[in-house]
Amino acid sequence: MWVAPNPRKPRPSPMPEPPRFTAAVDSNSRRTPVRVAFLTRRTSPQVKVTDEDTVMTWPNGLFRALVAIELLVIGLIWLSILWDAPLEAFADPMLTPNPAKAPWYFLGLQELLHYFPPVVAGVLIPSLVLMALVVVPYFNINVESEGVWAKNRQTRLRVFGVGMLALVALLLAYKVYAVLAPTVLIGAAMLAAAQPHPSGRFAKWLASKPLSFWIVTWFLIAASVLTVIGTFFRGPGWAWVWPWEL
Amino acid sequence: MIQAMEGYWNQLRRTRVWQSVFRSGTGTSNLHRSQVVQQSIFLHLLAVKVRKRAVSFRVTWYLGTLSTATFAILVVTGILLMLYYHPSTPEAYADMKDLQFVVSAGVFLRNLHRWSAHAMVLLVFAHMFKVFYRGAYRSPREFNWVVGVVLLTLTLFLSYTGYLLPWDQLAFWAITVGSNLLSAVPLVGDKIRFLMLGGHTVNANALLRFYVLHCVILPLLAVLFIAIHFWRIRKDGGIHVGGPKPAEAETLPHA
Repeated sequence: MWVAPNPRKPRPSPMPEPPRFTAAVDSNSRRTPVRVAFLTRRTSPQVKVTDEDTVMTWPNGLFRALVAIELLVIGLIWLSILWDAPLEAFADPMLTPNPAKAPWYFLGLQELLHYFPPVVAGVLIPSLVLMALVVVPYFNINVESEGVWAKNRQTRLRVFGVGMLALVALLLAYKVYAVLAPTVLIGAAMLAAAQPHPSGRFAKWLASKPLSFWIVTWFLIAASVLTVIGTFFRGPGWAWVWPWEL
Repeated sequence: MIQAMEGYWNQLRRTRVWQSVFRSGTGTSNLHRSQVVQQSIFLHLLAVKVRKRAVSFRVTWYLGTLSTATFAILVVTGILLMLYYHPSTPEAYADMKDLQFVVSAGVFLRNLHRWSAHAMVLLVFAHMFKVFYRGAYRSPREFNWVVGVVLLTLTLFLSYTGYLLPWDQLAFWAITVGSNLLSAVPLVGDKIRFLMLGGHTVNANALLRFYVLHCVILPLLAVLFIAIHFWRIRKDGGIHVGGPKPAEAETLPHA
């Protein structure tokens, strides 16, 4: 049986309405598959699509990847043509260069070594960072990603104040101004995010950020500042120099 | 001309030998395109289809892809460099000079290896922060984040062990500074340092150990964990695209 909607418009009339469908019978299941559809007035059945649009990995995904890789290779080849890798004199254990620097990605740590004893800068801090990275996805506070001030605002503000003061005091005691600056910056941003009724898009965006966002952003800025200082601003005896004096 | 080339290309793909190697055939249907991925040992870690949003630049900036690409460049250039390198003193440094003055395109080879290594460290860090800020570490992708942290440390160790190999002043003192930090580990620091260097100072033994780590052990571990990382992307439901699915926001009206 095949039921089709009546194309006629329903009249606004107190009279009993005529049936709004016509019935038809057809034995050819190929031409008219068996189905019954009831269409009532003013509603239209909707198809809820739960599957996202997909594309084929080959060629859509892999071709884009190839283009990206090609651009990277072109960039690296240009770099290799224009700049030579450094090669200094033959290694001499008797002749210590001043300063002796680690590879750039460890210069943040080496900069910390300037402030803290080796067991703190070289062992404790890297281990803590590594452990923190591993546990990131296993903390509910990260997974829920709720704004840091969304609940228990007063209590959290108090905890934040005490923690911030302790951290600032520690950094001041060891004269780690390179980390102090990002710490104060992030602290100020967190306080700005804590205003009770954020208005404006930026304020709302700040207020929506969870604790993990603030910690990682603080870490990213502090690590970048330390690395840049260690790379460009440290000369003989790990004393402060300007990049153009290196 | 181009048509003729295409004709030859398609003829080649229809030969029995070609089809015995690449079983995907010559078609452009979705079935054929699926088979390109399914029938390749290298590609079958990937899913046959990906979300449309997952291939957009905005979502990933292609940082994971590019990290893998730098790793591939490093393997190729690294193998070529191994042909000219002796992991002993003073030959190691002499080989650097040979690369500079004797080997054809030797300088270019070393430059490409060096800059790709720096690029890989940068890209891997960038990849990690991008994944964090998109919240892509959340369930069910927690474990893949941990695999990523393992890959980050492997990347740093790979770069660090390679740093010693030229055996110049820069290499020697960078490794000396770094390995001295190990002594600060309580109780076992000096033992670990001795194990790593094969002696109390950075010497020829250290060079050999770093060479074996750099060229054999760490790359093998990296390949293993990269494979796990890719496989888990697929098993965890593809690349995290975040946000509400656009298809849920709009329902398709019945025609």
